[in-house]
Amino acid sequence: MPRNPTHRPAHPREHPLAPGDLLPRDEPVRLLDETGASHADERYGMPPKARLLEGYRALVLGRRLNDQCTALVRQGRLAVYPSSHGQEACQVAAAMALGEGDWMFPTYRDVVAIASRGVPPAEALVLLRGDWHSGYDPARYGVAPQATPLATQLLHAVGYAHAAKLRGESTVVLAMSGDGATSEGDFHEALNFAAVFHLPVVFFVQNNGYAISVPLARQTAAPSLAHKAIGYGMPGQRVDGNDLPALLAVLDEAVERARSGGGPTLVEAHTYRMQAHTNADDDTRYRESEEVQTWVARDPLTRMRALLTSKRWLTQAREHELVAEAEAMAAGLRVAMTDEPEADPEELFRHVYATRPPALQEQWELLADELSRSEASAGSREETP
Amino acid sequence: MTILQDAPPAAAAPAVRETMTMAAALNRALADALAEDDRVVVFGEDVGALGGVFRITDGLRARFGEERCFDTPLAEAGIVGTAVGMAMNGLRPVVEMQFDAFAYPALEQIVSHVAKMGNRTRGAMRLPIVIRVPYGGGIGGVEHHCDSSEAYYAHTPGLTVVSPATPQDAYALLRAAMRHPDPVVFLEPKKLYWAKGEVDTSITAELGRAVVVRPGSDVTLIAYGTSVPTALAAAEAAGAEGRSVGVVDVRTLAPFDDATVTDAVRATGRAVVVAEAPGFASVAAEIAARVGERCFSYLEAPVRRVTGFDVPYAPPKLEHHYLPDVDRILDAIDTLYPDEA
Repeated sequence: MPRNPTHRPAHPREHPLAPGDLLPRDEPVRLLDETGASHADERYGMPPKARLLEGYRALVLGRRLNDQCTALVRQGRLAVYPSSHGQEACQVAAAMALGEGDWMFPTYRDVVAIASRGVPPAEALVLLRGDWHSGYDPARYGVAPQATPLATQLLHAVGYAHAAKLRGESTVVLAMSGDGATSEGDFHEALNFAAVFHLPVVFFVQNNGYAISVPLARQTAAPSLAHKAIGYGMPGQRVDGNDLPALLAVLDEAVERARSGGGPTLVEAHTYRMQAHTNADDDTRYRESEEVQTWVARDPLTRMRALLTSKRWLTQAREHELVAEAEAMAAGLRVAMTDEPEADPEELFRHVYATRPPALQEQWELLADELSRSEASAGSREETP
Repeated sequence: MTILQDAPPAAAAPAVRETMTMAAALNRALADALAEDDRVVVFGEDVGALGGVFRITDGLRARFGEERCFDTPLAEAGIVGTAVGMAMNGLRPVVEMQFDAFAYPALEQIVSHVAKMGNRTRGAMRLPIVIRVPYGGGIGGVEHHCDSSEAYYAHTPGLTVVSPATPQDAYALLRAAMRHPDPVVFLEPKKLYWAKGEVDTSITAELGRAVVVRPGSDVTLIAYGTSVPTALAAAEAAGAEGRSVGVVDVRTLAPFDDATVTDAVRATGRAVVVAEAPGFASVAAEIAARVGERCFSYLEAPVRRVTGFDVPYAPPKLEHHYLPDVDRILDAIDTLYPDEA
């Protein structure tokens, strides 16, 4: 990624924000109601038309990607898929809020965000397919490898931002997590370091209500997750996580604050995991279908489509184009997933160290010998009538 | 100053040759690296104004500034986790854990990320991080200040684990660690911090290489860190009793230098591994197993281990019973000669 040298103030703001400025609103920021009608806000303006149309396109592609991946799991083409179905507005906004030289530190549920940032879906799915632990070059896309231990990546994000600040670069880092991760110690340490060193980080928590089966009430007794920000001395904000315009407005403000030297922000998006944790999960054991149904009415795609249609910005022809684009993407992904590349066993030994130590070379030779003997015995079996 | 771009290194620090403590040698290594490579940053708890509780970072903040040597919040996972992100963004972080047992909060970051990022990204993102850990006992420290924690790190593929036993090696190995493309856990034997020796800063050392520090033809003692001077003293005492005992200083615990150790043991046919950590599932256990596998037909006697007991580290008034000492090593050597009993 290109680096963006800039001058950044060496010292934290001269006038620290008052405690009242750090608290989130009592209710999440919302620019769309549940019918998709726009809703004026005194502080957060509606993003411009072009940005909304770009966002809608990404939503359509993201929903199709989620549903295609779920189908690929059923077909045995993916080992596992933690779907973000219902959370696509958060996924898309995360990618759209960042500029070219910025960085995203995603989790395993953020495949749509990664793809929206430009990583080819097949590369984003390497971890979940089981070919390798990560499938893309992080520096090429400004996307860290997907983290599966929940909160460890938040510290990496903070360190990346700290280095950017020391190097005088204007990079902004988006540190992504879910609601369950806010109970981990690394979440606390990451927010504390970011605030103490006044770093250009936006912490973006997708609160989808559940950590696998455990509801939010078992994670925190705080009024909201965004209220935790004041404890670190950074602003917190809550936003409707199924409202793409509101997400863009809130994240844009946080990114701008970070880029202009204003330090970190904690943004909590209230959303809902419409499907089970993964294909291996059974969500009927811990939640009622009525609860899921109430969130169907808040579907982020439906609301955006209603907004754009009511403003006559989205024509039926454009909608057809987008569906065709999404189907082409899904078809391409199906082909990529059908094509099984031969996994190279030597790869196990190739990257552990920059230079392969003699003991690892010995172990590779052991495995290579096993492989050649099993090939030879397979060959001799074939020759036997 | 705004610094830390990917510029070629500045001119090398002028070489010196003088007698100094291991603490001073480590301090000089950090200072020379900071001077030569502006990607190097040093941080941790109390490393700034105080210069570290062992004074290893003494004077670095004053000389190189707050951006190059700074105190962090008191949070070990945070220190190591942010070092990961800094290394991803082109810096070469050197972090200090205040004591062995206080590094455990960082273990998840070390095991799951520091060790694995290069492998995870197929080499696209290697992490040149040095994690300095004062370790081991023998200093009268209370609980949580004297652990020999090397096995936790050595067991983790992807980590390079180093421990010096002399001021010269402390300087040269720390410099090598800071130039290394992969993460290094650098274990500093705190009992030896104030031991003096000559240091020539022009001498370099290679990670992954053990060294024969005393030749011997009858028995090979294999040791690292604080146990090296103990092993040397035992070898000297055994010499007075007529046995020629050699000592190998392992220096890099992982990846392990089988060649040097194997050659030394094959030449004597008898081996004792000496280490302070509890012996069960330890680095000493691994060394004994490797020597057994590779030297079996050369051995005159089973490989012996002299290690700490399999108990939590002893309180100060009992640690002299816990730590391997010269007599315990000599007793182990005697068992290699059953016919003389």
